[in-house]
Amino acid sequence: MTNRYNRHIILSEIGQEGQDKLSKAKVLVIGAGGLGCPVLQYLTAAGIGHIGIVDFDVVEISNLQRQVLFGTASLGENKAEAAKKRLEDLNGSISIMAYPEKLTHKNAMALFNQYDIIVDGSDNFATRYLVNDASVITNKPLVFGAVYKFEGQVSVFNYNNGPSYRCLFPTPPKKGAVPNCSEIGVLGVLPGIIGTMQANEVLKIILGLGEPLSGKLLCYNALNSQTITLSINRSSSEIETVLSKKESFHTQSVEEICDIEIDTISITEVVNRTNLQIIDVREIHETPKIEYLEITSIPLSKLEQSVDSIDPEKQKVIFCQSGIRSKRAVSILKALEVNNCYSIVEGAPEIKEFYQELLG
Amino acid sequence: MLITIKYFGQIAEVTQKEEESLEFSGVLISELLEHIYSKYNALKNEGFQIAQNQELVSLETKLSGKEIALLPPFAGG
Repeated sequence: MTNRYNRHIILSEIGQEGQDKLSKAKVLVIGAGGLGCPVLQYLTAAGIGHIGIVDFDVVEISNLQRQVLFGTASLGENKAEAAKKRLEDLNGSISIMAYPEKLTHKNAMALFNQYDIIVDGSDNFATRYLVNDASVITNKPLVFGAVYKFEGQVSVFNYNNGPSYRCLFPTPPKKGAVPNCSEIGVLGVLPGIIGTMQANEVLKIILGLGEPLSGKLLCYNALNSQTITLSINRSSSEIETVLSKKESFHTQSVEEICDIEIDTISITEVVNRTNLQIIDVREIHETPKIEYLEITSIPLSKLEQSVDSIDPEKQKVIFCQSGIRSKRAVSILKALEVNNCYSIVEGAPEIKEFYQELLG
Repeated sequence: MLITIKYFGQIAEVTQKEEESLEFSGVLISELLEHIYSKYNALKNEGFQIAQNQELVSLETKLSGKEIALLPPFAGG
């Protein structure tokens, strides 16, 4: 009798021992869409023993261009359940659980705790940050994939003390700032490539083979076939911030995640306010200096260590050379729970000019 | 120094190119970014991270690299 997994087992790097590891593994896939379908197809074919599928959505005709587990007979069916049906035909010897529900802060922890590895195949930032935070809190490796038109990103987060998604992109974009596939389109084969890379990372982690993409972000361009791999460092403060919310995690809402806006203020409004601490986050060597105001100088690079020189009683208004670093400063301070901070829209040259005109 | 800048995803749509080279003599990544913003004002509305020689860096990192990449987050799946 030829074994179903013969082509794995005859590889000396895998063997029966490796195949047994696969059959004992438990993998949870978030989203059975463009990425989730190829991930699920290969994990099932490879004989991953326990697979969970979370998706609340139903199969639509416009999904069939890339979501390769479904056919016209699945239209209108829940994706997690339709995928389970197809996958059970592909491999009846493994256990597949369908969760036809939305992933929320309420159900995430209990779900994640039942699995060894999480795969993110979701299609929006709110879910991606939720998946990341729940993976950090439950200490599960997260195999990440995301696509945009003709480009894709792949990484492995929370693996052996490696970085998390927030170490790469600390704050979620505002709602609607970055369009998704349904709004802007995607080359059908692209999530096939990226999802297959995610399945490959899952197998590498379980089998202990090669080097999982931890601490690295692979960027793939389907049009010019260029692949670039960038290094990402672990940010302890980002991970600590997530861990500190462990106890209240189930009470948070997905909507909260993407509504973190940076408060900004124009210099014309600053003049009318009192009880202010004005902070310059430029490096010491940067000019022009502004002589008209009492200013605390804290270069952005030293901000986290200099929280003591920030007055908790005052409203903080922060500026830099152009209004970019000052925004970053506000978001760093927010993460450190220093509230009542505003980023001045204008940069130092405009601020200086404004005061020159004001004071004649 | 001569710097090659690579643009990804939505960023490349704003700049209308995936790559360009320019001569720049600033000290910090933030100074280069301010220069890029002065060329492409609409980039101010985009969120992205910056890599220098294939390594993610912060705004206050010293400019040392030949290759800079502007990397936006993708949501699609």
